[in-house]
This record gives sequence, structure tokens and C-alpha cells, in this order.
Amino acid sequence: MAFDIQNIRDDFPILGQKVNGKPLVYLDNAATTQKPVSVIEAEANVYRTINSNIHRGVHHLSNVCTEVFEDVRQKVKDFINAPSSDEVIFTRGTTESVNLLAASFGETFLNPGDEIILTEMEHHSNIVPWQLLAQRKGVTIKVVPVTDGGELDMQALGEMLNEKTRLISVAHISNVMGTINPVREIVALAHAAEIPVMIDGAQAIHHVPVDVQALDCDFYVFSGHKMYAPTGVGVFYGKRKWLEQMNPYQGGGEMIDKVSFSGTTFNDLPYKFEAGTPNYAGIIGLGAAIDYLKQNHLEEIWNYEHQLFEYALDKMKSVSGIRFVGEAAQHTSVISFLLGNSHPFDVGTLLDKLGFALRTGHHCAQPLMDRFGIPGTVRASFAFYNTKEEVDHLVEALIRVGTMLG
Amino acid sequence: MTIKEKQEEVIEEFSAFDDWMDKYSLLIELGNELDSFDEAYRQEQNLIDGCQSKVWLHAELKDGKIDFQGDSDAIIVKGIVALLLRVLSGHTPDEILENDLFFIDEIGLKEHLSPTRSNGLVAMVKQMKAYALAFKAKQG
Repeated sequence: MAFDIQNIRDDFPILGQKVNGKPLVYLDNAATTQKPVSVIEAEANVYRTINSNIHRGVHHLSNVCTEVFEDVRQKVKDFINAPSSDEVIFTRGTTESVNLLAASFGETFLNPGDEIILTEMEHHSNIVPWQLLAQRKGVTIKVVPVTDGGELDMQALGEMLNEKTRLISVAHISNVMGTINPVREIVALAHAAEIPVMIDGAQAIHHVPVDVQALDCDFYVFSGHKMYAPTGVGVFYGKRKWLEQMNPYQGGGEMIDKVSFSGTTFNDLPYKFEAGTPNYAGIIGLGAAIDYLKQNHLEEIWNYEHQLFEYALDKMKSVSGIRFVGEAAQHTSVISFLLGNSHPFDVGTLLDKLGFALRTGHHCAQPLMDRFGIPGTVRASFAFYNTKEEVDHLVEALIRVGTMLG
Repeated sequence: MTIKEKQEEVIEEFSAFDDWMDKYSLLIELGNELDSFDEAYRQEQNLIDGCQSKVWLHAELKDGKIDFQGDSDAIIVKGIVALLLRVLSGHTPDEILENDLFFIDEIGLKEHLSPTRSNGLVAMVKQMKAYALAFKAKQG
């Protein structure tokens, strides 16, 4: 079936509403995406029909709920082409996934004087967990600079690698500029020096194909809520060889094999890293989101999104006084900009009154704002339910707002 | 004019506009017209750093009345700063402490004074009241 934008929009009930008397134009998809009815229903139906704590149960509901929950692990495995569902660990989101790695990998493998490489375009969630680890373990953080165009300085990255480097942690796609980083090349470079790589896929998982075996990355993390799934669920993928060596960082139910006060043994993968009752209703919603994306043909979704992005970039260039922040050769889905000398807050406030949901500010990437010497940007971020008409309306609104703010 | 009368005057001025964009045009105009902030006061201690925008506030006691100066890097916030200064500046600490600010709600700008908005305005209003308390304490 061909990609029908009106049918797609009808699947997302929130999009039909008015804001401040104007039709909602939702362009804050890099912050979170909206949910199709099938996802909303899948989560609600857990509570209507099969709600029961998963695993360990002998009764019917618990078994059904566990089965549906574990099916999602398979779906995620297939979605990212992981070798095994044992390597798919459910978390609360990207942030928890990074914290899991920093805590478990950090405690197991890092020693004072070791180095970790991050980049200047990382979101705070891929900075602060490493800083906390650095304080605990006496580890040094190196930062790959970003060029004026918003790309990683790959030569600088190459020069940073040395015998003390223990890990590289990098965004697949920048949440501020939409830069698609050359993660395959980074992994190849790192592996040549036998250094593992974590890829923060929060902004990528729903916009580009993700194949963890093709990437050969050691870890890949993402959130459900940015890929049309419920909030509060995320994924941590890790290669078995690392996961087996890493100690769990949270203790509790499900992650244990045998508990006694003389010593506790841990469960097998993936459960070793899933302490406590997970958000199984949300995770079942994640399964529905994957089904939804597949039903609508991922290739077509990505093509449509990219065409829409190119269209928006081209149209927005015509707005007088607009300045783009980050114009990498490879970028997608996110456009950050400034309008003349206007403060992003003013632009965002006026756009809100015209029905547009955009984000303004530092986008939890303050080091990147410092890099460009700006307090923040206005960010339009797209999803496959956005339309060219919405882009046209945005351009009209930007011209109006630009005139008002002089 | 009392603080209450000044607030009623502001409400009257804004009541002419139904459309949000017109209200914001007026705010932008008020922001642009605000007396320039004395650069000597643009110091860390006078800065109220919201997540989204910055506000500067300076207060002095002159003849028993508080003279406020303010500024913001965002023009809409600066427009609201201008309104707050117009309503509260030139009044005694007691007057500032006794009066509730109702005009922001009335002209439909309540969202800008919500604690989640993080534009520095909530902290600015608190700081203005705190200055009133401090100057009152100093007067004894």
C-alpha cells in the first residue's frame, strides 16, 4: 500500500486538536513523538485484559502477560537486528541505558587514569553519567570537537585514541542539529584499537535503519517514547561478550538466581540487568509501535521523512534573517535555527500562539551551545505524520514573527 | 496612582486586544520602550537566570520608596518586566507587600508566571517582594 499521509495522521488522535484557536502543528518530535491509536490501545489493553506481574507466576494471566512481554524482546531484536534477544535489555529510556553502561561497564572495566571519549554534540544524558563515573573512578573524559558546520572532527577523534582509551560514547544523530554521525566509521576506527563503542540512538532509531550487527557497535541505546511508543521504556543493547562480564548495577527482583545473606548469585542475560518489575505495559506498547512502523513500511516512512526534511530546509532558507545552526552534509529530521537577533524564547512563544509546537533553548546540550556561542536555538523536528502544508504554514509564521520581533 | 489602580490601567490597555498576536505586539513595544538598564548594575548578583531567558533586577530605596530597574534578553519577557516595574516601582515596601498582583492573570499572561515556564519572571516577582521585605527591615 502506498504511503497515505491522511491515513497516517488519522492514526494519531492528538494531531487533530487546536491550540490557541489554531490547528496544532506538532514539530517537537525530537523531544517526544505522538502515539498511534494501536500503541495507546495496546498499553491500555494490558490493564484491561492481561495485567499481571510477569515471570515467576504459575497462573494464567501471569503466563500470558509474560509471553506478550517477551514477544516484544524478539520484536526489538529483529528491529535492530541483534544477534540474540538475550542482548536486548529493557530500561526506562536512553538516560537509564547510558547510566547502566556507565555504572556497570565503568565499575567492571575502568581504572584511574583511563580515558573515555565523548563528543561536543552530546545530549546531557550522554555526558553527566560519565562525569559521575569520572568522579568515582578517577577517569578522564576527552571531548571530540564539532566543526563550524556541525560535524564531528574525525581527525581529532583519531588523534585522541591511545592505550588509555577504554570507551567511545557518541550520538548517532545530534538532537540539536540533526547531524548523522559516521558511526560505522567510528566503530571501525575504535575496533582497530580494540576500543568498544556505545551509540546513543535516541534520535536515530525511528529515522534511519539501525542494524547493530552491520554497525558492529558494542552498545546501542534508545528510548521508546521517541519512536511512537509509550514513555518510560527504553532499550539497552549490548554485545554478549561485554554483558556477561559486566556486573549488574541495580539489585532486586528478577535479576537474581539465588539470594541468601551469605551471597547472592545473578540471573542469566538479559534478566541480570532488569531489576524489579519492569514497565511491562509500556514495553508491550513498544511492541505495538514496532508493529505499526513495519505495517507502514519503514523504507517509505524514512523516504517520506527525508523528503519532508529537504523540503523544509529549502523553504525555510527563504525566511529573511534565518540562520541555521549545524548544516552537516549528512543530516535529517531536526532543524535548529535563529531568527535575526531575536531570542529563541520570543520566537517560540509567538509560534506557540499561532499553534506551532517547537522547542526553544539549549535542548539539554549546553556544551554545544557554548561551542557556537549562543544561548539556545529554535528547533523544528519532524516526524512522518508532518506535512508539506505544515512546513508552508511554518514558513509563513516565521516571516510574521520575524517582522514582529524586528 | 496606587498599585491597584496601576494594575487596572494595564488591564484596560490590554482589553482592547482579542488576538494573542496583538497582545504580544504591545508587549514587544513595551519591551522596546523600557528605560535602558544601567550597565553598572548588570552584575551576577542582579541576574535571575531562567532556563530559557535571563532577567536582571536592581532595587534602590529612595525617599522611602523602592526604585526598580529591570531588563531581559528576551523581548517578550522584557515587556512583562516593563509592566511589573510600572506597577511596583515607586511604591513603599509596605505597599508592595500588601498588594497582590492580579493583572498578569487578567491580561492572559499567567502562563509566563508559571513556575514551570523557567523564564526568570517568577523568580523576579519573588525577588521584588524580597527587596520590599529587606528594605522594610532596614527602615526598622
